[in-house]
Amino acid sequence: MERTPAHPEVTMAKALNDGLRRALERDAKTLLFGQDIGRLGGVFRVTDGLQKDFGEHRVIDAPLAESGIVGTAIGLAMRGYRPVVEMQFDGFVYPAFDQIVSQVAKIHRRSEGRVIMPITIRIPYGGGIGAVEHHSESPEAYFAHTAGLRVLTPSDPQAAYVTIQQAIASNDPVVYFEPKRRYWDKGSVDRTIDPLDLREVADPWRARILRTGSDVTIACYGPMVRTCLEAATASGDVSIEVIDLQSLSPLDFDTIAGSVERTGRLVVVHEASRTAGIGAEVAAVISERCFLSLEAPVTRVTGYDVPYPPSRLEDHYLPDLDRVLDSVDKVMAY
Amino acid sequence: MDESGRNGSAVQLLTPEGERVTHPTYDISLTDHELRGLYRDMALVRRLDAEATALQRQGELGLWASCLGQEAAQVGSAHAMGTSDFAFPTYREHGVTWVRGVPALDILAMLRGVTNGGWDPNAHRCSLSTIVIGNQALHAVGYAMGITFDGADAAAIAYFGDGATAQGDVNESFVLATVFNAPVVFFCQNNQWAISQPRERQSRIPIFERAAGFGFPGVQVDGNDVLAVMAVTRAALARARGGEGPTLIEAYTYRMAAHTTSDDPTRYRMASELEVWRLRDPIERLKVFLARQGIADRHFFDSIDDEGDLLADEIRVGVRSMPEPPAEAMFDNVYCEPHPLLEGQRASVIDYLASFVDPVGR
Repeated sequence: MERTPAHPEVTMAKALNDGLRRALERDAKTLLFGQDIGRLGGVFRVTDGLQKDFGEHRVIDAPLAESGIVGTAIGLAMRGYRPVVEMQFDGFVYPAFDQIVSQVAKIHRRSEGRVIMPITIRIPYGGGIGAVEHHSESPEAYFAHTAGLRVLTPSDPQAAYVTIQQAIASNDPVVYFEPKRRYWDKGSVDRTIDPLDLREVADPWRARILRTGSDVTIACYGPMVRTCLEAATASGDVSIEVIDLQSLSPLDFDTIAGSVERTGRLVVVHEASRTAGIGAEVAAVISERCFLSLEAPVTRVTGYDVPYPPSRLEDHYLPDLDRVLDSVDKVMAY
Repeated sequence: MDESGRNGSAVQLLTPEGERVTHPTYDISLTDHELRGLYRDMALVRRLDAEATALQRQGELGLWASCLGQEAAQVGSAHAMGTSDFAFPTYREHGVTWVRGVPALDILAMLRGVTNGGWDPNAHRCSLSTIVIGNQALHAVGYAMGITFDGADAAAIAYFGDGATAQGDVNESFVLATVFNAPVVFFCQNNQWAISQPRERQSRIPIFERAAGFGFPGVQVDGNDVLAVMAVTRAALARARGGEGPTLIEAYTYRMAAHTTSDDPTRYRMASELEVWRLRDPIERLKVFLARQGIADRHFFDSIDDEGDLLADEIRVGVRSMPEPPAEAMFDNVYCEPHPLLEGQRASVIDYLASFVDPVGR
């Protein structure tokens, strides 16, 4: 594909950094809080240079205490701040799970709408980087299952730049999953737009149709979007529509159902384990809503129901282009 | 613990017999009006507590967590707070929420089951009851960090019990409070029992001594002595507001009632223990002191009893007449911003209930 980018190509990590910078500029009550995010700039450098430019009271290095980070973010939110906290890796969010599920998700409701929790919880997630245990997990379903939370995941630099700012601006708590193996993928990012003006950008809570097709719909998100776009390009005669779910809570079933009513086939792809995952929910709702349009059962291509395997095995665990196309073939042959 | 009810070095200004004593570090000077006010609040909170317990027995409340015996610790510490300070209570701090001005019926609403909250935290500068043990200690530290960032003259106070000191969140809150020098006071009511587990099951050393390991002062106070509690908490709050960081206060007291109305303490503790603590009653000792000093007379005490009767009537009538929330109220305030899936579920509940010949739940 040949094209001239209208805007500079940057990595997703840089796009997130720019988005965080704009959020810090926009609202003096926005704070970043996390382990190693200041002088180091975060282990993935997503917050690189922000402490230098905004100071130690805006970009705050935290002690090594995940529950403490989220718990104090709640108190800061009650004081009128808009905290953006970083969990260093997916597998390290669990110490904070209690505060997220028992408090962040419930305080607005408990207060009968009087207290807001505009907290963004950034979590680099997913595998494919050859990491040790606890550094490659996809725990998004836990959070999507929790009422009171919203869950977003970007799939490319432009989406990252826009949605991180939308997440921070939201008065609801947002768990923001960053696909860590796509941090260094480049894409053009238009930074002249205002991410908070929905006349200029898409609603972050809607799925995005990234490629249109007529035979099979693939619904995916985060790190799997690039994989699925590559599969669609490689699919030969089969015309594949690729939907980036982007918002995992709430899920945008209208966009998926509209697509499936045209294609008659749906494959859901995610890295996370299969059972009770996002794919199960998508399959259930689409089976209900599109029963008469379906030419084949909704199929899932996912990680397996095992702990994330040692890195020498992760290529077998992670859905890849071949596994996606294998499922496409099966739904076409059904 | 010696016979005066002190545990080692616990600060005491009023003995169980109602005798005013001095302490080398802590003192307090209150007007007669303020002293009578402390008595009034403690007596009314005890009446509220008794009425709520009775209402639970009558099936009008789902549960009640009594603060019987802890009135001095709660009322004294809450009276030490300024209007700009912010309290983070558990589910047992009825004395704190009362002093923060939360109406009695709002205190009972959660256990009536009509809400998970009950009052406006910002209006009363008092967070809602936190039920997960220890979570709120971190909220208080975060709030206090915000006070620092704002450059404001205020402090936060986190309430928790002896059981909570074993929780990770409370220990993390100690770490965060010190490293950010947050203006926060940790107010631990050691009421000796975490449901059935004694303090020895939570900590090998007296609770207040644990502060030293985190790098901030800890002080133990006779939690049944309202004057000492108020003096110690005032000093800790002043220290916090003055930029000197956190303090841990261990208010040594006793949970005179069961953990909650669902609990049966006869299975794990001796009745004789209760008798010992009955002699250290926080309200009785202040009453003796006020009467002996001529600060209050029979007329005053009778008037408080009458006020208690009125409060009890208000609670009984008010609890029974709390409106039943409509079914679809469960969808309210889950999110601030539009959520189409939830709105769809709300509509389906309304349609389902309307589909009955005799609509229910409306």
